[in-house]
Amino acid sequence: MEKFIKHEGIVAPLDRANVDTDQIIPKQFLKRIERTGFGEFAFFDWRYLEDGILNPDFILNDTKYKKASILVSGRNFGSGSSREHAPWALYEMGFKVIIAPSFADIFRNNCMQNGLLTIVLDDEIVDLIMANSTKSIYKLTIDLQKQTIKDSEKFSTTFEIDSFRKECLIEGLDDIDLSFRMEEEISNFESLRAPRW
Amino acid sequence: MGLTMFDKIWRDHLVFESSGKPALIYIDLHLVHEVTSPQAFEGLRLQNRKVRRPELTISTVDHNIPTDDTRNDEIKDVIARQQVETLRKNCKDFGVTLYDIDSNAQGIVHVIGPEQGYTQPGMTIVCGDSHTSTHGAFGSLAFGIGTSEVEHVLATQTLRQNKPKTMQIDFVGELPLGVTAKDMILSTIGKIGTAGGTGYVIEYTGNAIRSLSMEGRMTICNMSIEAGARAGMIAPDDTTFKWMKGRKFVPSGESYEDSIKKWREYQSDKDAIFDTKIEINCSELEPYVSWGTNPGQVSKITDSIPYPETFEDPVDQESANRAMDYMGLKPGTNIEDIKIDRAFIGSCTNARLEDLRSAAEIVKGKKISSTVRAQVMPGSTLTKILAEKEGLDSIFIDAGFEWRNSGCSMCLGMNPDILIPGERCASTSNRNFEGRQGKGGRTHLVSPTMAAAAAIAGNFVDVRNWK
Ligand code: SF4
Repeated sequence: MEKFIKHEGIVAPLDRANVDTDQIIPKQFLKRIERTGFGEFAFFDWRYLEDGILNPDFILNDTKYKKASILVSGRNFGSGSSREHAPWALYEMGFKVIIAPSFADIFRNNCMQNGLLTIVLDDEIVDLIMANSTKSIYKLTIDLQKQTIKDSEKFSTTFEIDSFRKECLIEGLDDIDLSFRMEEEISNFESLRAPRW
Repeated sequence: MGLTMFDKIWRDHLVFESSGKPALIYIDLHLVHEVTSPQAFEGLRLQNRKVRRPELTISTVDHNIPTDDTRNDEIKDVIARQQVETLRKNCKDFGVTLYDIDSNAQGIVHVIGPEQGYTQPGMTIVCGDSHTSTHGAFGSLAFGIGTSEVEHVLATQTLRQNKPKTMQIDFVGELPLGVTAKDMILSTIGKIGTAGGTGYVIEYTGNAIRSLSMEGRMTICNMSIEAGARAGMIAPDDTTFKWMKGRKFVPSGESYEDSIKKWREYQSDKDAIFDTKIEINCSELEPYVSWGTNPGQVSKITDSIPYPETFEDPVDQESANRAMDYMGLKPGTNIEDIKIDRAFIGSCTNARLEDLRSAAEIVKGKKISSTVRAQVMPGSTLTKILAEKEGLDSIFIDAGFEWRNSGCSMCLGMNPDILIPGERCASTSNRNFEGRQGKGGRTHLVSPTMAAAAAIAGNFVDVRNWK
């Protein structure tokens, strides 16, 4: 996993609540057996018209957001299935940070496993970021160490993150490596239980 | 202070805990399917790791396999075929049991776990699939995980988890005749919203829950995820033990009796405190139909589609407008005036034997509307066999239904069974998201009896008046 310490990038607004995992990566693209190759299919049904032409009405197709790496959206982002293909697709589409008033649990967990930072902010602040990024090219700097978000003008705010997840993101640590260090505890636990079947 | 059932299961599976960090919990049963596992096995290979406890891992093919009779041939969709073949190879290489397409135990992963007796009270159960919450109906802690976590469980048989909060949803009052478990959960999601349960494990309680069959309890726990919850659970009781008895992997004889004693301990103590409590009055419930593109957008069958401006929250107004636009519906339309093109009886929510029986009772001796195409996809191959023994297949076939093979099928449309744009479907599944059952397809979530009745009438009807 890539380390996440500080990130500066352009914000892209997706002003909808309940953006679900079926929208983020429709099921017809879940058949791959690799972790890569999902980026071009992210938001497929919204992003493309018939014949694979880019839908000019879909906001993320606006050239302004071509290099965007921070996505801001409505509440309950990532609801629906457990498919990790959703964070894989978003990451490959270029997003490193997602900001929303709330996220679905499994989705948020999946993002953190892939170095994709999810940030929960109050509705009003999300609205403000949404408005600023809709108007013109809008950049934010996110400092994970300090837990701050700033723009180039006056805007500045802080955000909460679980200290364990923060450490993992900053160090780029893989959960499995960490758990292998607990081998003794796991074996002890197993030795105390009867086999199931 | 007493403990909740969740607290007890959590306590019994805690491998390691230290403050400020997610706990390491032990996993008793890991279910695997073809879609969310290939990258996890690949990860093991790259690191030269093994599956720690292959005997605690069970796999099947369900998500993208065809449900017509060509299913035993080579799958035509090249990529789907590759995924199924990859699972076969992974199971072989890593020593994991696979219930393949030709096995009687094959089926939707959340149907076969309980059916074969793998799912038992007090267990921790995970699967790379959000509807793992289904297994909570047996008093287990069961939840969906992502592919990185699948790899973690394969490698360590444990999982890192922050302890979730607990919510009690208490169903008070008696459930009126003709109102089903599906209606109980649809009305609950309508009330608390699709994010109402976020961060929680829900325990469902109350007399109405106690009187439900295991199938009904599974339907409710299944859709906990649609309310945003991590897991749903119901304390085990005699109904649970009776249902489990004699199933392949349930202990038999003396050890069955011993197990029951142990299983009974998985109850919330009388003085247990939940972080949140919600009460639902069953006597007010009716059959429900979803009209929107999230499972919280539901109406009673006797009601009409709401006017978006009646929602307090502007976000809900906006979602309702967008949903109606997609669904091709207008506010104020009576639910009973909505015509359907398709009916789908299937999925891990409602494709168990009892679901099929209840739908068959409605369609018996009748014919589906000439404008409707209706299909039944039993939840597992065993369910299909048992249903056929009872003659349910001929009831459906005589009524004009297609009687198919088991699999997720049109629940998510990964196989060839999909809606075409604009088609409207009465579905017994769990998600009505845009494009879920096929691009442009319009899904209405209902119970099996409501779907069956709609298939015959050609529009939604109140199944309580069915003759
Ligand atoms: S039936 Fe539907 S909800 Fe259930 S596991 Fe299959 S795809 Fe998921």
